[in-house]
Amino acid sequence: MRILVCVKRVPAPGAKINVSADCQDVDAAHLGFTTSPHEECALEGAVQLVEEHSGEVTVLTLGVGEAEEQLRYAASVGAGHAVLVEADSNAWDPQRTATALTAAIQDLESSDGPFDLMLFGNESADSGGFQVGVRVAHALGRPIVNGIKGIEVSGDGASESLITARREIDGGFEVYELPRPCALGVMEGLNLPRYPTMKGRLASKKLEITTVEAAAGAGGQERVKLYRPPETVSNTVVLGTGADAAPAVVDVLEELGVL
Amino acid sequence: MLLVFVEHEDGVLVEAAREALTFGRTLAVKMGEDLHAALIGSDDDDLVEAAGEYGAETVHTATRAALTDYSPSAYGSIVAQMVESLGPAAVLACGTSRGNEVMAQVAARLDVPFVANALDITPDDDWQITRVQWGGSLLEDVSLEAEVPLVTCGLHAVVSEPGHSQDPDIPDIEEFDIELEDADLVTMVRDRVVQEAGVTLPTAPVVCGGGRGVGSADGFSQLEELAGLLGGRVGCSRAVTNLGWRPHSDQVGQTGTRIAPEIYIASGISGAIQHWVGAMASKHILAINTDAEANMVTKADWAVIGDLHEVIPAIVEEIKARRA
Repeated sequence: MRILVCVKRVPAPGAKINVSADCQDVDAAHLGFTTSPHEECALEGAVQLVEEHSGEVTVLTLGVGEAEEQLRYAASVGAGHAVLVEADSNAWDPQRTATALTAAIQDLESSDGPFDLMLFGNESADSGGFQVGVRVAHALGRPIVNGIKGIEVSGDGASESLITARREIDGGFEVYELPRPCALGVMEGLNLPRYPTMKGRLASKKLEITTVEAAAGAGGQERVKLYRPPETVSNTVVLGTGADAAPAVVDVLEELGVL
Repeated sequence: MLLVFVEHEDGVLVEAAREALTFGRTLAVKMGEDLHAALIGSDDDDLVEAAGEYGAETVHTATRAALTDYSPSAYGSIVAQMVESLGPAAVLACGTSRGNEVMAQVAARLDVPFVANALDITPDDDWQITRVQWGGSLLEDVSLEAEVPLVTCGLHAVVSEPGHSQDPDIPDIEEFDIELEDADLVTMVRDRVVQEAGVTLPTAPVVCGGGRGVGSADGFSQLEELAGLLGGRVGCSRAVTNLGWRPHSDQVGQTGTRIAPEIYIASGISGAIQHWVGAMASKHILAINTDAEANMVTKADWAVIGDLHEVIPAIVEEIKARRA
C-alpha cells in the first residue's frame, strides 16, 4: 500500500500559549514544536498498516523550513519519504493550504503513482479549520470521512480490498467502508504513537527531503488578530480540607439537584 | 435567507442543532434575513416542528430512498445544491464533528471559504468573525470575503433557547429535489455499533474526571463508584489516556470530548489548557486537588484541598448515609 500522511507543525499542546506583540501569530520564543496530535496518530496508523500489509509511507507538510523537524521525526518512526511544501508562513488560510497541497500531491502521484490511502488530521491543534483534508480529497476525487478512530484493511491488503473505518459517536461508533483510493480524517485515540528508536533517529538524519514550492491559490479568510480570551476568574469557594469536606460537597450536590 | 443545517439522531433534533438555530436567529436579525433550516435524510413532522420551535420559518427537507443514513459526501452535495438553487445569503451549522464535516464538504464543492467554530459574527460587507483557535485557548478575529459565507458556530457557544418570530410556530415545509450520484453514497455509514447504553460523556449531567493524580488505572474505581451514585460518567485528562489508564473515549479536552454537565468533579487534574477547553462549558466545577494553586482549583466554583483517595470515598459514604 502507498500511504500519504499530511502533517502540520504546531506549538506543543498543553503549554500556555502567548501571542506576539503585533497580534498576528503565537509567540514561539519559548515554545517547543511538535506534530499536531491527530496527525501523530495518523502517522502511527499508516506505519502500522504498512507493517501489516507492506508498502510505504510518505509524509508531507506545508510550512516554513523549520517544519523539516516534523518530517524527520516522522521518518524516525517509520515514514520512508518526506516532502516539504515550502510556504512563507505557517498561517496560510485553509483554502490556500488545500490548493497548494492538492498541487503537490498531484505532482507526486504523476511521477510515482497514486496513493491508496491519504490520511489527514481531523483538524489542526492550532488553527482548527476542520477542512483542509476534505478540500484536498474532493479536489483529487477521493472519498473522505472525518473523525476516524479505527482503520482496518480487509483481506490481504490487495488493491481491491476495502478500507473499514470507525468513527466514534456518542455511546458507540459508526462503521464506514471505502474503496481504494480514499482518504480519512483521523483523530487522536486511533492508537498510542510509538517513540522513535535510536536506529530510527539516526536513519532520519540521512533522509533526503523533497522540497517543492507551494502553489499559489486564493483564500477568502484573513486574520485580523489573534488574542487570548479573558481569563476565567472564579472566586473559588474552598469547601474544606480532606475527608472532612465530604458533607459540604454533598450539600452542593443536593443544591444542584444531581443527587 | 439564512440557511441553517440541522442535525438529527433517532428522530430527535440534536441539542447542537438547537444551538445552531438559536445562534442563527440572532444572526438572521443582524442580517435582516429570514431563518430557514436544511433537514436532510428525514421529513419527520416532529423534526420540522422542533426546528420551528427554535425559529425556522421554512424547513427544506431532502430525502431519498437510497440515503438511509449519514454520508458526508451526500450531505455536502445536498447543501451545496441548496446553496446553488435556493440562493441563501449565508449558511450556518453547529461546529460538531458532523457540522464541520458537512460544511467542509460544501466549501470544497463550491470552492468557497468556510470559517469553523465562530463565537461572534458581525455580518458587514466582509464578515467580521471571532472564532476559536487552539480549541478555545486563543481567539482569532478574521475577516471573511465570500459571496455566500459558510460558517459553523462553536459547540456550546450559545445556550439553546426556543424562540420564533412568527405565529403559530409551524414552519412551511419545502421538499427539495436532490440529485445524488453513486459517489455521494460511497461514504454512507454502513453499520452502527452501540457500546454503551444510557448516559454518555457528552450528555452526562455529572462527570467525575480524574487526572494523573489518580495514580493508576485501578485508582479510577473510586471515581466509577461516585459517578455511578450520581448517574454520571467518568472522564479523564490527556495524561491519563497517554498512560493507557483509560480509553481515549473517556478523554475530556481539546483532542477528546467537550463536556457540558451540570457539575464537573475534577479530581487530581492540574487543569492544563488542553483539558480546560474541553471542560469549560460545564455549568459548575468542583475541583479536588492537593495543590490549592492548581489551575483547575483556581478556575473552579468549589474546591476541596486534599488527597482524592481520601476525599472521594468520604463523599461516597456521605451520599450513601443520606440516602439510607
